[in-house]
Amino acid sequence: MKRIAAIALALVAALPAWAAEVTSFSLDNGMDVVVLEDHRAPVVVHMVWYRAGAAEEPPGKSGIAHFLEHLLFKGTDDMAPGEFSDVVARNGGSDNAFTSQDYTAYFQRVAADRLEDMMRMEADRMRDLQLSEADILTERQVIIEERNQRVENNPGALFQEQMRAAQYLNHPYGIPVIGWRHEMVSLGLEDALGYYERFYAPNNAILIVAGDTTPDEVRALAETYYGPLEPTEGLGPRMRPQEPPQTSPRRMTFEDPRVSQPYVSRSYLAEPRRAGAQEDAAALLLLSEILGGDSQTSVLARKLQFDTQTAIYSGAFYDPTSYDDTLFGVSVVPAPGVSLQEAEDAMDRAIAEFIEEGVDAEQLERIKTSIRASEIYAEDSVQGLARRYGAALTSGLTIDDVDNWRSVLEAVTEDDILAAAREVLDPDRSVTGWLMTPGMDETGAAAQPGAQEVTQ
Amino acid sequence: MMMRFAFAALAALALAGPARAAVDIKEVTSPGGITAWLVEEHSIPFTALEIRFKGGASLDAPGKRGAINLMTATLEEGAGDLDARGFAEARDDLAARFGYDVGDDEMSISAQFLTENRDEALALLKTSIHAPRFDQDAVDRVRQQVLSIIRSEKTDPNDIAQAEFDARAFGDHPYATSLNGTAESVAALTPDDLRAAKDRVMARDRVFVSAVGDITEAELGALLDDLLGDLPETGAEMPGPAPFDLEPGVHVVPFETPQSVAIFGHGGIARDDPDFFAAYVLNQILGGGSFTSRLMEEVREKRGLTYGVYSYLVPKEHADLYLGQVASANDRMAEAIEVIRAEWQRIRDEGVTDEELEDAKTYLTGAYPLRFDGNARIADILVGMQVTGLDRDYVNTRNAKVEAVTQDDIRRVAERLIQPEALSFVVVGQPAGLVGSN
Repeated sequence: MKRIAAIALALVAALPAWAAEVTSFSLDNGMDVVVLEDHRAPVVVHMVWYRAGAAEEPPGKSGIAHFLEHLLFKGTDDMAPGEFSDVVARNGGSDNAFTSQDYTAYFQRVAADRLEDMMRMEADRMRDLQLSEADILTERQVIIEERNQRVENNPGALFQEQMRAAQYLNHPYGIPVIGWRHEMVSLGLEDALGYYERFYAPNNAILIVAGDTTPDEVRALAETYYGPLEPTEGLGPRMRPQEPPQTSPRRMTFEDPRVSQPYVSRSYLAEPRRAGAQEDAAALLLLSEILGGDSQTSVLARKLQFDTQTAIYSGAFYDPTSYDDTLFGVSVVPAPGVSLQEAEDAMDRAIAEFIEEGVDAEQLERIKTSIRASEIYAEDSVQGLARRYGAALTSGLTIDDVDNWRSVLEAVTEDDILAAAREVLDPDRSVTGWLMTPGMDETGAAAQPGAQEVTQ
Repeated sequence: MMMRFAFAALAALALAGPARAAVDIKEVTSPGGITAWLVEEHSIPFTALEIRFKGGASLDAPGKRGAINLMTATLEEGAGDLDARGFAEARDDLAARFGYDVGDDEMSISAQFLTENRDEALALLKTSIHAPRFDQDAVDRVRQQVLSIIRSEKTDPNDIAQAEFDARAFGDHPYATSLNGTAESVAALTPDDLRAAKDRVMARDRVFVSAVGDITEAELGALLDDLLGDLPETGAEMPGPAPFDLEPGVHVVPFETPQSVAIFGHGGIARDDPDFFAAYVLNQILGGGSFTSRLMEEVREKRGLTYGVYSYLVPKEHADLYLGQVASANDRMAEAIEVIRAEWQRIRDEGVTDEELEDAKTYLTGAYPLRFDGNARIADILVGMQVTGLDRDYVNTRNAKVEAVTQDDIRRVAERLIQPEALSFVVVGQPAGLVGSN
């Protein structure tokens, strides 16, 4: 333990020497700006994050946030369809966009001297998108093929989609970001424009520029290009339908001939990081690391894969950065000859024993050491750092919350973790799912030995 | 989170080499004669180290398919005095990161470690290279994970397509089968098989090393012998050239799923061929560029037939391929294939426009330096250059080679490389209106 403590101290003391400089300010029209300086390479990442994602979609229009994200590459009053990406490519850059439940983000990675071009184009499409019916029809086929590729062709994704829908009784997080297929096929121009005009506005956006630039340069360019854009009036706070008290454990089985490896998955409704109050989330993150973070040393691995040969894989997951209630989960892939019921029972026993036995102090210290070191390794990717700020700021957090997150994690105690476990592992707020191969019996056992070897 | 567009296979297929970037590459030779490439970068107190052993999983011994893969996955499952958990705990105590991976042509060890405990981290890494235990219980545990992957490959349409393509293309070469092995071959592997597999691939005559970060020439030189000096001088013989026997046409593997997936292609061009850069630029225009390629324009942007379609040169160690992939709903795959065939024909017959050529060159030369933006990424590029046989100065000359490609070069290489009549499509799904040619 002494050696570990020494390492920890050295890391903490050294940290400020190399941490990227973070600067933030706002434009008069309400647009927030964050600048991360890193002058190691003549490259910048330019990102615009909107505080709007799939969870802002109107009822019956699932997928429109993501569909609009595709349509943003279709042209404006000043740019032809496809021109945005063509210009980025001609400048040797790359561009892409992402949609989650809580945000839609657009970014380009280019040589530092091309930053102005990126801002000019991104500002242009924030308010002046031009869409035709033909764009809509073709691009709708593309998103349906995207759903085919990501979900319909993948039984595990179909299963996860059903579990999530069962987990959220009232909140739109239960609806997939890509959209339900039956709603996607009728999404139209008006739906896209309605969402666009409301949410794509400077007072709903965060500009993040990371890399070989300065706050002065970013401020001057941002005032020139984003400064003149009109805000959306009356946007108001983000209010999504919230979950009622969840009072009943839910269970589901999902069978598909394309499943070759059955598993058990369980999710629980969980607290996310809250602005100025990240302690519960920090405890949950450490709980997920302790239960299922490392494939050799985590509690589930130790009990289910080492001390017994119950499982092939085990894991825990928790996404702390979310505007509303998030998920905490555990999953177990049973070893051959172990039924899903046996795997689930063993998982429950392992967790109960953990709560009984408490947190291994050395394991906790190792995890904290990794977290400290991850701050050093994270400096190697300025784009990764920029995404960290973007995701947090669009999830209701502040720059201070991002900067304090590590020290909040650092302060978590063994008791905090056990208290978090008792709080979150509430069966009434859980969904348990079995992903099954055809012919399994009601305990989730293969019909006959070797049945799962048979394919096609 | 949804991405507008995922670079499915592209990352792995991008050219290993690279650029006129602001990196100062030094060659360091240890007292024991091991060379490594180094870029010193002292602004962040850690180092990224990349080690590659040429040959990879293709060096599996006859009847032992999957041994090198299982061996690689078991290196970190106990070494020296430490069992699997002890090794993981020691690594985490040091906050070091180790990765062990294998492909058809290379086995790789990647490490990142902090300056403040570099010696201890390297001592631990060394035990996994020199003294992996391959304890029976660890081997059995990892074996079950590999068997699970092998089962999954049989019901994943992309894996089915890859397996069918490889089996039809590569005769009895190792490329013809999955490096994971089969359920039968993997079930039979013993700890002794893994020790033998290790000696086949992890040898000094095929090792390449790069380091980027907070480390000096002298420090790197001193650690190379310690880390790698005791490995066997030589390993197994390379398997030799692979045949490419894929028959042209459409081969359908029936599989019940809503979206068909296809892998297509024919023979390619060698990495050291004088026309490689012309071919690289040509492919950029046909199907290599993200949103801007002809295939993306015609198949996705104009017709909405797919979420993504790509083509890529695959200069493997023992075979040169020109491949592509596409996924499209069962009732639309036939049209997607028709459009791809038409584009293959069009670029052969008509070549490219001056504007396309200029745009592709601008993109490729502009994008190259952007790759060099982190210790781990630079280390990966440097070791890839060594394996490919490029010299250090390549980073300074590469863009000039792209710039030098002319319309004449494009026409010549199009005639040689683009072979519409040789195109072979392996399609997995229930594609409507596609009649397999065999």
